[in-house]
Amino acid sequence: MSTAAPLRRSLVTPTTLVLVALVVIAFCFLLQRFLFGLGAVANINPGYPWGIWVVVDVIIGTAFGCGGFAMALLVYIFNRGQYHPLMRPALLSGLFGYTLGGFAVIFDLGRYWQAYNLLLPWHAQLNSVMFEVALCVMAYVVVLWIEFSPAFLERWGFAAIKRVLDRWMFVIVALGVLLPTMHQSSLGSMLLVMEYRLSPLWFTLWLPALFVISALAMGYAVVMFEATVVSKTFSLPSEHALISKMSIVVGWITVAWLVLRFGDLVARNALPLAFIGSISVFLFWVENAMFLAAALVFITPAGRASQRASFLGAVALLAGGSLYRLDAYLIGYQPLNNWSYFPSVPELMVSIGVVALEVLLYLIFIKTLPVLHGDAARR
Amino acid sequence: MDATCNPDIDFEACLGPNPDEPVYGGLTRRQMLQFCAGIAATMGLSATAGVRMAEAATAPARPPVIWLHGQECTGCTESLLRSYHPTLEAILLDVISLDYHDTLCIGAGKQALDYKHAMMEKNKGKYVLVTEGGTPMKDGGIYCKVGGKTQVELIREAAEGAAAVIAIGSCASWGGIQSADPNPTGAVGTHEVIPGKLVINIPGCPPSPYNFLSTVLYLLTFGRPPELDQQNRPKFAYGRLIHENCERRPHFDAGRFALEFGDEGHRQGFCLYKIGCKGPETYANCPSIGFGDVGFGSWPVGTGHPCFGCVEKETAFRKPLHALSTVKTLTPPTAFPQVDAEKGKGVSVGAAAAVGVVGGLVVGAGAMLLKQMGDGKKSAPDETKERV
Amino acid sequence: MTEVDRRDFLRGAGFATAAAAVPTEASAAIARPPKQISPQAVGMLYDSTLCIGCKACVAACKEANKMPAEVPATLTGWNENTWDSAEDLSGRTLNVIKVYRNGTAEQKDHEINGFAFVKRHCLHCVDPSCVSVCPVGAMQKDAATGIVSYDPDVCIGCRYCVYGCPFGVPQFDFSSALGKIAKCEFCRHLQKDGKIPACCDVCPTGASLFGPVKELEREIERRTAAAPGTPYQFPRGKIGENRPPNAATIPTYVKGVYGEHEAGGTQVRYLAGVPFPKLGLPTVGRQSPASLSEGMQHTIYQWLIAPLVAFVGFAFLARRNLALHHDDDAPPSKEG
Repeated sequence: MSTAAPLRRSLVTPTTLVLVALVVIAFCFLLQRFLFGLGAVANINPGYPWGIWVVVDVIIGTAFGCGGFAMALLVYIFNRGQYHPLMRPALLSGLFGYTLGGFAVIFDLGRYWQAYNLLLPWHAQLNSVMFEVALCVMAYVVVLWIEFSPAFLERWGFAAIKRVLDRWMFVIVALGVLLPTMHQSSLGSMLLVMEYRLSPLWFTLWLPALFVISALAMGYAVVMFEATVVSKTFSLPSEHALISKMSIVVGWITVAWLVLRFGDLVARNALPLAFIGSISVFLFWVENAMFLAAALVFITPAGRASQRASFLGAVALLAGGSLYRLDAYLIGYQPLNNWSYFPSVPELMVSIGVVALEVLLYLIFIKTLPVLHGDAARR
Repeated sequence: MDATCNPDIDFEACLGPNPDEPVYGGLTRRQMLQFCAGIAATMGLSATAGVRMAEAATAPARPPVIWLHGQECTGCTESLLRSYHPTLEAILLDVISLDYHDTLCIGAGKQALDYKHAMMEKNKGKYVLVTEGGTPMKDGGIYCKVGGKTQVELIREAAEGAAAVIAIGSCASWGGIQSADPNPTGAVGTHEVIPGKLVINIPGCPPSPYNFLSTVLYLLTFGRPPELDQQNRPKFAYGRLIHENCERRPHFDAGRFALEFGDEGHRQGFCLYKIGCKGPETYANCPSIGFGDVGFGSWPVGTGHPCFGCVEKETAFRKPLHALSTVKTLTPPTAFPQVDAEKGKGVSVGAAAAVGVVGGLVVGAGAMLLKQMGDGKKSAPDETKERV
Repeated sequence: MTEVDRRDFLRGAGFATAAAAVPTEASAAIARPPKQISPQAVGMLYDSTLCIGCKACVAACKEANKMPAEVPATLTGWNENTWDSAEDLSGRTLNVIKVYRNGTAEQKDHEINGFAFVKRHCLHCVDPSCVSVCPVGAMQKDAATGIVSYDPDVCIGCRYCVYGCPFGVPQFDFSSALGKIAKCEFCRHLQKDGKIPACCDVCPTGASLFGPVKELEREIERRTAAAPGTPYQFPRGKIGENRPPNAATIPTYVKGVYGEHEAGGTQVRYLAGVPFPKLGLPTVGRQSPASLSEGMQHTIYQWLIAPLVAFVGFAFLARRNLALHHDDDAPPSKEG
């Protein structure tokens, strides 16, 4: 029977020091942002009110955090207990993906000191997709911490609390599957209001479905990516066998996404737009090529068997999914009044810092808390 | 005069031996030179040109001028009488030889007309013809006669031997007030009476005397008319919109308007556009040189009355006084944002480098991992099975 | 990026028609019913042919709304805050006059070798996207007057309204640490005192005309029905108000009234002598984007039935499956 255990390694390594430096740089720029306004740091402008802080840190960041959601669906809803060893690392990455996504929202909000208005019922605006996303994400962050809390409880031995938690865990797990389904699809619905500005290559009534399916695929890809990277980095036994079995599921999800996307493009007669020479059309093909490559790796036995191919497939899926979100939110739409946008250095450094913080916290957590699969970790 | 003297450098050197002796009908040479230099400056010419003008104007044989009046109010002559540097009589009696002027000549009746004819004969091909007032063309031109001859005949007769023809005032330039709808006498400007002959138009109701004097002196000095616009108006005076040089223009740009006579905005000296100022469609130098030599602001808009576009054929006596004018040109400072202007900061070198470095690190780290993996068959499936 | 994207936009024509043509049937089925304009709705008529580009409205707007002057970086060399010269709507500019130029730019209101002015500010949609997307209801549409107003004390600064507006109107002030959204609110603070919006109040020609939308519609009809060249008394300030009109002649208008149908209709209407897209007015379909996104959202989440059913299902399965694998979560101490 398998259990989780902390990875007994030093917390101070060259990698962690570099990460700390990146986080410090990001916080310096954030200080500047809070003192002098968003425009002092970021290149966002009237034509591009949302920059990479929203799109990379929140829209893409939470998709990277869908590992917990994807694994919970597989393990608890579809009853595939054999994948349970991958559950806690997946939850952990989700925990940070979402928590830091929420953190990014705070510093990106123009009037962050009034953010609590989201929770005041008399300000609730039920027509707003953003309102639903905000509430769901907030709730899901709480759910993720509860889902992950057994790691703390085990570490510090609060057995009584854990027993109570165990009894009600099914509610949390159900929420942990429901909430991401809701808000990941709503991240797609948020673009429905861009009816006249988003290119028909991305604008479709199927946006919610495309977003939630790609989030699921990216969730599995994150788990596969992370398991491989962690096992290689810390020279732990490979989880490839487990991953390779799971990857057939991912493969068919990816195929489903591609079929839905292209079926819809054909049905709407929008496919001819994909043969106009432009940078956004080029990126459209890149993102689809990534999905297709991943699908080919995961549905062929040879692809699944090769650790290298599987890893590349997971990377392709993450890259394709990220690019899809980036294109849909930033590149595929027509900004009004001829504005253009490219992130500034400080803006990039903040986003890099957020990712660095995520990796840093992940490393600290797996080294101090029972996250990784026990047999492996104890070696 | 020393040909090498350069008044731009040394004005005194150009004055000659007795600069303060009144020689030109009460004007000293110093005053004459100063006047001509001033005229030259009005026209945007150098002080050297001023000296040449003074020389031309004070030459022993003064150029003869024949001045005819048609349908008009004599306002143009009245306006000229009120020029002060120098006074008109000094110019008319000493600078030019005003051989005939319907209003100012001392003689009258047949005597005057005979003298006119004699002078026209004597100076054939040398005199300057100035016409003031419109010319009626309807019914054979019978609505304006002098000495039994119609204005049409008089002008044609005088123009024949004229070296140059100047039409002073809006009436002579394009018909003026009597040409307003329905134009009962068929009044037209001088240039329509003598087609084919160049008529320099100095429109205005009345025109600024200095625009006229400057043109005359230019003609005398250089023997050719100054640069003219499409309506044969000297460009130095009629080249720019009143709106462009108006002292009230900042109020226009700021949206501060008088809405009716005597209201708060009117008392504050705000822009008169809304009460019908035609400055935005009228080309004249009024705001620059003013009228009557009494200082800044002595022109219609300066005194609180909207410009009525007296120099413009399409405007004066045709557009209602309080109708809005058409703004002709877009001039700074109204720097309008273009509809299709590109905005936003592009890719900075630093940002491109940052993206490149991150991309490179990710790819590099991925490649390192891949290298460690081999073909992946080394992983032990049985170990995993045991765990499940 | 700029260069390439520009080329992208040049192909915008195909892009826009496809966007307008593609989703109609399916999206009409999903969209909630369109909203109707209030009978007391107030609006503005901007007649580009009457506009002389004096920018009096821009200056008056700044003054009425206490906004600072703006000088873009490119103009600081010759204009050190002397003239407000905003290049576009921004967090500090609610109203801007822009110019279209072509070729020699000689004749006003000519598409070729001509120029034309356009005034940009909030169009006060009948079914505004900004109101629909705001998560906290900081954007509100007045039920009677139809004025879309903004409450900075509620706003959280998410800028979804900036992103989602089909006309690019609401703007966030990025240059302030305590920035807020800026958008034209028809000078509702002046209207409370019985005054009219500052831009219409100062407009010398009546190019910006304020008044009830119904009366403005009749005015538009009169102007477009008359033959070009006909003498016409153009009202100034507020329609029906006792101000001397601007006596001029009817110009040649391009076909159509911008704002009549765009995004479900707006309370600001445009007449122009140059095609609207040339003036930088975006091509927007008839269906309001808000009706589509709300329709989709309320289809999925009607009475929360779907989420609740899913939750019960998930909870049932999770409970059963957790029980089967319960010992997976046992603390390591038991084993170790």
